[in-house]
Amino acid sequence: MNQETLKAIETPENPNIPDLLPGDAVSVHVKIKEGDRVRIQEFKGTVLYMHNAGSNSTFTVRRVASNGIGVERTFLRNSPRVDKVVVERHSQIRRARLYYLRTRTGKSARLKQKFN
Amino acid sequence: MFKGLIGRKIGMTQIFDEDGLAIPVTIIEAGPCYVTQVRMPEKDGYSAVQLGFEETKPKRLTGGELGHLKRNELPPLRFLREFRAKSVQVTEGDVVKVDQFAIGDRVDVVGTSKGRGFQGGVRRYHFAGGPKTHGASDRERAPGSRSSGTTPGRVFKGSRGAGHMGNDRVTAQNLKVVLVDVERNLLGVRGAVPGARNGLVLVKEGRKQ
Repeated sequence: MNQETLKAIETPENPNIPDLLPGDAVSVHVKIKEGDRVRIQEFKGTVLYMHNAGSNSTFTVRRVASNGIGVERTFLRNSPRVDKVVVERHSQIRRARLYYLRTRTGKSARLKQKFN
Repeated sequence: MFKGLIGRKIGMTQIFDEDGLAIPVTIIEAGPCYVTQVRMPEKDGYSAVQLGFEETKPKRLTGGELGHLKRNELPPLRFLREFRAKSVQVTEGDVVKVDQFAIGDRVDVVGTSKGRGFQGGVRRYHFAGGPKTHGASDRERAPGSRSSGTTPGRVFKGSRGAGHMGNDRVTAQNLKVVLVDVERNLLGVRGAVPGARNGLVLVKEGRKQ
């Protein structure tokens, strides 16, 4: 009964975020406030891992920026700052947390695409 | 102004403010409470409000408690607690709800901390313990010396040491109210509140304003 009461207070799930899987190539649309204007910034990368914890669920996206510098960003699933997430492709993966991608660059950092 | 409520801790979660920042909140199911008695300086020597919370079966109360509640035609209530008040604007028999608090208010929340049982000095008072190496045996979590030597020749009362920890009355002061739901009698305060889930808590007006 307590859990139901808490559920009623928590922010409802964002319908614009589909089910994600590690290894997905995604584009996260983030709302950014500049003064009183709100603009949307895209963050494109690979989902490294998910943290499923109810309303505190997060997912971490890794992107290799210019000069080969890796950038990882963790997003709260229920945050109103995340506008939407577009999944561009799924990958064949064999583990839930793709930490090994951090040590790889170039060709070896690729993941095989999964078609269903 | 008198402000106070009795409630139960529901649990913790997080909500988002208008900037999209996550705020940790404790949800308290507070009230509705009945004003069961008003203490007056003329009669009782101090001024306070006695609140009653949570209806129960009449057979769970003693005859004295039932008679006390019957004075104001109130239902049988499980918990009666007094709140000191500088000025009292409520009368006996009134119902007080969460709407006396507004978002942004500062409140103090009193609860009973989780019982930890008999704990050593390292856990209870953050004693440093002894060395872990250099030939130390059986000294890793030892409390060390408790007192001086021949003078005074005894351990002063109240000295820190091993003993029962938790299950104490603890007040979390100056918590910000971030959620008020009159319909469901819910109050959300920023941060943690002492005690386990379903524990009884008292919500008072913040002292540190």
